[in-house]
Amino acid sequence: MNLIDSIANIGRSAIHLVMGLGRAGLMLWGAIVHVPNLRKGGPLLIKQLYVLGVRSVVIVVVSGLFIGMVLALQGYIILVDFGTEESLGPMVALSLLRELGPVVTALLFAGRAGSALTAEIGLMKSTEQLSSLEMMAVDPLRQVIAPRFWAGVISLPLLSLMFSVVGILGGHLVGVEWKGIDSGAFWSILQASVEWDKDILNTIIKSMLFGIVVTWVALYRGYEVEPNPEGISRATTSTVVQASLAVLALDFLLTALMFGS
Amino acid sequence: MQIMSQQSDINQSPLVEINHLGFNRGSRVIYEDISLTIPRGKITAIMGPSGIGKTTLLKLIGGQLTPEHGHVLFDGEDIHQLSRNALFETRKRMSMLFQSGALFTDMNVFDNVAFALREHSGLSESIIRKVVLMKLQAVGLRGAASLMPNELSGGMQRRAALARAIALEPELIMYDEPFAGQDPISMGMLVKLIRDLSSSLSLTSLVVSHDVDEVLEIADYVYVIADKKIIARGTPTELKQSNNLQLQQFLEGRPDGSVPFHFPAEDYQQELLRELD
Repeated sequence: MNLIDSIANIGRSAIHLVMGLGRAGLMLWGAIVHVPNLRKGGPLLIKQLYVLGVRSVVIVVVSGLFIGMVLALQGYIILVDFGTEESLGPMVALSLLRELGPVVTALLFAGRAGSALTAEIGLMKSTEQLSSLEMMAVDPLRQVIAPRFWAGVISLPLLSLMFSVVGILGGHLVGVEWKGIDSGAFWSILQASVEWDKDILNTIIKSMLFGIVVTWVALYRGYEVEPNPEGISRATTSTVVQASLAVLALDFLLTALMFGS
Repeated sequence: MQIMSQQSDINQSPLVEINHLGFNRGSRVIYEDISLTIPRGKITAIMGPSGIGKTTLLKLIGGQLTPEHGHVLFDGEDIHQLSRNALFETRKRMSMLFQSGALFTDMNVFDNVAFALREHSGLSESIIRKVVLMKLQAVGLRGAASLMPNELSGGMQRRAALARAIALEPELIMYDEPFAGQDPISMGMLVKLIRDLSSSLSLTSLVVSHDVDEVLEIADYVYVIADKKIIARGTPTELKQSNNLQLQQFLEGRPDGSVPFHFPAEDYQQELLRELD
């Protein structure tokens, strides 16, 4: 009997998982097809770009600055032993553009904007605002989900580039201003090492995919929330944990595809 | 002559018809088999104890939930057989006042009321402004047009939501516990508004509530739901005269009777005297 119960539980969990994935897939499809149009969706998109993107600038810029400075300091300590401290520029720039920029920005975005998205949608659900939209013959996917989804997908690459640029400036501050590396060498070697398609384009592609994943998880968790305080708290935590793990796993996959060969 | 007769038939046919409806939430049965009709231009009330699924019934009528069996007909059309687009078209003809008000928290009162008009009416902004001000005047909140929902009292939020609900002048308006948690003045205002709006706009109203006095004051016809089925139906006068024990316990608010005060449990004395393992 216990064995049958266990098998039934596994089956129930599997069905639950597949149904959840199906609902999440349908929501993603709904968000993708409802690209905000100029007349009605435009103002909603601009508002969400401000809420998700502009309001995340401070945390991204400050984090980028310190991570760039730490990276430069650690890099300098190692490189100076081999007399190659002038390679500090490309080391900092490539580390930021290829990995740290997109990944750390996505993790910060999941914590700062993703959790807020889940809580907002969850509260809209618990206060019946989503139901009232449906009863007014307005599709919540178009009105609420799509503008937030597209704002996340657009914001994250821009924030990621901002993170990398400020990080490189932080590296310059430590390497050139503090440790006395030649400024011309720092910038010229950096410029020669960074490739447009391999580094900058890849960082944009990575960030866009991270933007899709983080925003999708955050919106789905909010949309499917149990409409009570405990449910909202659980959903907000799930968003940060699941989105962060998904970003790290996807990063490995993308790095293997982009740089593996 | 034939046209007049057809018009009369339409006016006499109910706006909403529920036939043999059954609905489960997980393994819990909410409705076994209920049938009722909501006539046009009247105030119909659905009463019953808390937790028996009165709000669920409104969501079934609005097509937000799907029944296990049975039909919900709105103006002759089966709500749950409609395509998504057709369902949204039908929803433009109905409206719902949610228990929480469900005002959009990021918009002020004016924009909340204007929302459905901007979405569906195609009217110019200057006409929308006039319509919104008229609706707000009707609920006494024209002066609060620029306030945000969190600046309103509970009663004012309910009235603002009512103005939003009537913005598109629907044929059916569903009120979900409109009197819950209201002070006597707000309650009196809502009772008056529901009655006045219903008669002046010839609205078909469906009020779901357990506030007995207020409901019996305004309703033309009442259904009482308990134990997953309709236990009584009739005009307020007929219900008051009924000798159904369960109905009388509910109407008089007696704590014990046909519906027991105690949740089913083992014998009290036995449980007290039982030693802990």
